Amino acid sequence: MTATEDQFRNNPLGKDVTLDDVFDAFEFLDDWEERYAYIIDLGKQLPAFPDNERTEENYVHGCQSQVWLTHFQDECDSKLYLMIDSDAMIVRGLAAIILVALNGKTPRDLLTTDIDELFERLDLFRHISPTRGNGLRAMVGKIRDIAAQQVA
Amino acid sequence: MTDLSMANASARSPLDVTTIRQDFPILAQQVNGKPLVYLDNGASAQKPAAVLDAMERYYREMHSNVHRGAHTLGDRATSAFEGARETVRNYLNAASTREIIWTRGTTEAINLVANGLTAQLGAGDEILISHMEHHANIVPWQMLAQRSGATLKVIAITPEGELDLDSFEQQLSERTKVLALTHVSNALGTINPVAELVARAKAAGAITLLDGAQAVPHFRPDVQALDCDFYAFSAHKLFGPTGIGVLYGREQRLEALPPYQFGGEMIERVTFEKSTWNALPYKFEAGTPAIAEAVGLGAAINYLNGLDRAAVEAAEHALISRAHELADSVPGMAIIGTARNKAAVMSFKIDGLHPSDIGTLLDQQGIAIRTGHHCAMPLMDFYGVPGTARASFAFYNTLDEVEQLFTALRKIQRLFV
Repeated sequence: MTATEDQFRNNPLGKDVTLDDVFDAFEFLDDWEERYAYIIDLGKQLPAFPDNERTEENYVHGCQSQVWLTHFQDECDSKLYLMIDSDAMIVRGLAAIILVALNGKTPRDLLTTDIDELFERLDLFRHISPTRGNGLRAMVGKIRDIAAQQVA
Repeated sequence: MTDLSMANASARSPLDVTTIRQDFPILAQQVNGKPLVYLDNGASAQKPAAVLDAMERYYREMHSNVHRGAHTLGDRATSAFEGARETVRNYLNAASTREIIWTRGTTEAINLVANGLTAQLGAGDEILISHMEHHANIVPWQMLAQRSGATLKVIAITPEGELDLDSFEQQLSERTKVLALTHVSNALGTINPVAELVARAKAAGAITLLDGAQAVPHFRPDVQALDCDFYAFSAHKLFGPTGIGVLYGREQRLEALPPYQFGGEMIERVTFEKSTWNALPYKFEAGTPAIAEAVGLGAAINYLNGLDRAAVEAAEHALISRAHELADSVPGMAIIGTARNKAAVMSFKIDGLHPSDIGTLLDQQGIAIRTGHHCAMPLMDFYGVPGTARASFAFYNTLDEVEQLFTALRKIQRLFV
């Protein structure tokens, strides 16, 4: 079975956990250990990724860790719902932040969201910069490609 | 690292690491608010001021093209450039500077040989490599096998990360035309008994190549004692600049290889009908070479020659021994590569942590290591891991830095509880 519509819609990231929550948390947590513990914790909130979605098509290349990404689009309001998986905990946490920012948005809204700026504000930009081989950038690129296809 | 060198070292005064660290300006900085602990020397080593100064001085005072100028600067540049070649010859104990070829690095050196051997190999011939090779010592041979119809054979390794000598003996035969082995494994640190294996391969009639990229930073190879036909290394891992490396080749073997690239410098005479080649080593050095980088490599070797190498080896041995000791005290931590004879390299995994998590969270604490497959995917497959975390030490690292690595690792583990 592929991921069900409910699995996509019930993702707490972007729904129960909002960007404001993330910013508040980062403001409150003042050393790197607490921030990374929070990032790791966010990663644990990624919904279980269905095994049969681990396909070549859903694989995000260019990562040290294994990263999968799948999506579902609501036919009525055209909003995009995403699921991401990784075997690395920090990558999972950073992916969760990306989902908080992008999940459940229309392709147009999604494409106008500036993820780089978000990561700058969180002082996490180096993780998403092109110099890091962790695949975050490839992940964001793939999400934007999916959105761009829906807009075109 | 031989027992003999250790015995010698213990009789000498220990390495003065505090003073040595002042020779490496890059080390005195903070990363993420913490003093930099650089443990990624296997990927690339840092440069002493002597190297930086030599390169700058070359550009300020003597730069010109080499082997061409009818002028003073040309003479100075050529003399600095050829002086560096002599320094390398001496370092490797090669018989002649004709046997020292400048390349862009180890990778290009191996490609040069593998390309040049195409006409010498055919169906039924075999190329023997090992399971612990870097991709740079796998793929050029794989391509040579495809071009020539030869077969690629692989020496098995033991779980400890040593070459399986039975597997070597079983696969070595008169069909073996090439033996290409790493002297020291980049991912495991294993020091292979290459002299013995080269001797066996030579008796079987094979051409032998050693990948010395990870060996030269730790000890000085003697190509005549090793008796190999080719030996390759990169300057940047030997505390020298990027963009240059060395292929040592036994003169008769180099003579038997066709040129690798064509252009200026490598020719003797050119007409539109035909060209003839320059003598060794220039036959393999088409185009204007990396002159400043050659000078920088010469300066790096001179710097190393000024150190007590036995004390250097003893200091590195102390670092890796302490790291192994401390690793035993970390629950869930396993060292990958526990060969009896190994260089100061520690590949490891920790239960529940992805190597990239370890790398990211060590960086947060100012500690630089390498994570990933180390360009040795078949080896990672053998150990059933997606990659490892690797701390690789140089003589400028301190025992205190080893302690800091483990303090940081324990902190990371607590984050995941």
